[in-house]
Amino acid sequence: MTVPISHFVTFAAVLFAIGAAGVLLRRSGISILLGIELMLNAANLALVAFGRQHGQLDAQVFVFFVMAVAAAEVAVGLALLVAIFRKQRSIDVDRLNVMRW
Amino acid sequence: MTWFLVHFAEIVFYSLAAVALAGAVGVIAFRSPVHAALSLLGTFLAVAGVFVLMQAEFLAAVQVLVYAGGVMVLFLFVIMLVKARDIPDEPQYVRRLVPAAVGLGALLAALVGVGIWAASGGLPADGAALRMVAGAPLGNTEAVGWSLYRDYLLPFEVVSIVLLVAMIGAIVMGRKESGRGGAA
Repeated sequence: MTVPISHFVTFAAVLFAIGAAGVLLRRSGISILLGIELMLNAANLALVAFGRQHGQLDAQVFVFFVMAVAAAEVAVGLALLVAIFRKQRSIDVDRLNVMRW
Repeated sequence: MTWFLVHFAEIVFYSLAAVALAGAVGVIAFRSPVHAALSLLGTFLAVAGVFVLMQAEFLAAVQVLVYAGGVMVLFLFVIMLVKARDIPDEPQYVRRLVPAAVGLGALLAALVGVGIWAASGGLPADGAALRMVAGAPLGNTEAVGWSLYRDYLLPFEVVSIVLLVAMIGAIVMGRKESGRGGAA
């Protein structure tokens, strides 16, 4: 095990940046949720890397909770997308104005 | 051959990182949402492999089950339910912001780089604590379970309520509005 922790964390940072770019650049609601998943995975990677660095198991428990909340987020987010699609016939987030009346 | 064995962890890590980053680029580059989702599946599996390298075997299994299994199936179902194609490219005003974005991005990358450099000195701790259960070295899954059901029992129960609420919310939002005549 000679991979330094900085390489793990840099990998996580690049993954997070790609996910953030996806969220900011794409207009399809599905692509935005995919980008959020990338960012959550990157955060989990950084947590596990620092937990290993300090010999702490708590980090892995936190990552378990993050995964559970991420699953809940995806379920609600995709249900919202389906509901929006029923109303608007589109999931282009630039055309979302259902909160306005 | 000995070189290969000595550097096995590095070879595996950099290969998995390359696969994960390629998958991530695919997620934001593919126009077809199905291709983007399958590309994300590659990233999920590579990240699970990196979890194994970081002595988090339980999380690797959960990553495969929850993300590569559940979340990905959910994504693919919704992609088939909605019409995610023919959404136009990003609008023109994004192009004008490119210089400012590059400058701010470089600044942020420098900040993050300094943070990583400052936070990641020293050698990794002995991994024995990651598989220790009540003083006996059992395994990572046993250790996580021990911590989860003893030290983090209340958060564990709260997160189960979160999942229940999310499930009910998804069902309520996802079903057709029928019965009250207010169908969309």
